[in-house]
Amino acid sequence: MANLFGKAANELPPKIVVGILIIGVLTVAGIAYYFTPKYTRVGYMPKQPIPFDHSLHVTGLGLDCRFCHSFVEKSGFSNIPTTQTCMACHRMVKADSPKLAELRESWESGEPVRWARIYQLPDYVYFDHSAHVNRSVSCFSCHGEVNLMRTVYHKTPLSMSWCLDCHRNPEYFLRPEDKVFDLAWTPPTGQQQIEMGIHLVEQEKIKPSENCSACHR
Amino acid sequence: MRTFLLLLACLVFAIVSVTGFRGTMTTRNPIEIFPDMVRQAKVKEQASSFFFPDQRASRYPVSGTVSRGDAVDDPYRNTGMIGDHWGEGIPIALTAETLRSGKERFGIFCTACHGATGSGNGIATQYGLVGVPNYHAEHARQMPDGQIFYVITHGQGLMLGYGANLSVEERWAIVAYIRALQLSQSATLADVPIAERQQLEGK
Repeated sequence: MANLFGKAANELPPKIVVGILIIGVLTVAGIAYYFTPKYTRVGYMPKQPIPFDHSLHVTGLGLDCRFCHSFVEKSGFSNIPTTQTCMACHRMVKADSPKLAELRESWESGEPVRWARIYQLPDYVYFDHSAHVNRSVSCFSCHGEVNLMRTVYHKTPLSMSWCLDCHRNPEYFLRPEDKVFDLAWTPPTGQQQIEMGIHLVEQEKIKPSENCSACHR
Repeated sequence: MRTFLLLLACLVFAIVSVTGFRGTMTTRNPIEIFPDMVRQAKVKEQASSFFFPDQRASRYPVSGTVSRGDAVDDPYRNTGMIGDHWGEGIPIALTAETLRSGKERFGIFCTACHGATGSGNGIATQYGLVGVPNYHAEHARQMPDGQIFYVITHGQGLMLGYGANLSVEERWAIVAYIRALQLSQSATLADVPIAERQQLEGK
């Protein structure tokens, strides 16, 4: 009987196995790298209707976060300021700036400015801002150095494992109560932060829940 | 095998060049890979909603609504007026905690224009904001507490009201803090408790 397969066919089975392995590894690596909020959300920097500059208002003028986001300590939702909050100054300051055209339009018509929302959890996650900022979790922990951002972008992944990192080890992230809104404050490093954090956890009786129903209800 | 590896390398290169790397700044909307129940048809804060004719999910309160916790039958506390006159006196408990809270709220909402001491030299005045009064001028000292409360709530002259941003209690705490600021600028040694006077000696 004539040879049905040439001699090269002897190497085929191991080659196929190796090929499938390579494809498998690449697929897993690709999914691990791309199918996570670290890729899908982080870095989202939408164009806003008004090019509001946080670094100018926070670092330059020294405004507190709560001047605009007034209800962050009382409400689960951290509000976007009303047009009136902006107009308190901007009827006089830069009153004719073309960048503020949308703001003046909103002030005259009563229609809200349609800011693009950046941070948005899935609708089955119930996050409460007040519960966090009143327990020594700074804005910085989730939103990053907003005080230096000219245009705000999505800083952290907001994935479930990322939330749990802090819920399981809050001492790495907590800061003194009066520094929660002070984004320019530099936390101590290494062991000092952990010692301070453990002290804060005890002092303020912080018990972050790891129960599913804490966030999914 | 060589062709296969080459093709694979091309494929990886193509995917990476289209998808890019983690954390790159982008204006494209975040991708929701498994969108199952991620966006639900419910009313959300400050979002748009097709349920209402004006498409706003956040509704105005019905006129006459009183916030939970606010006194309903205490017009002076809520308006700063007794009948048609400005009232005098602060209708909340005056404690060190009240003043601390007043100081904090003053720092957040007032200093940008009025300055940390209320002298009318806040940072906004360097950018073209005009007409900020000095709290230490005679007419501001004489202003009744109720009127200060009313101005914080509804604004006056070029100032817009902050009634929507501050609770009744917080507004009265600010009034108390303003009174403390006014006292601080005209206090004498006799106002300082005897036990603490020696700290000020030589200053």
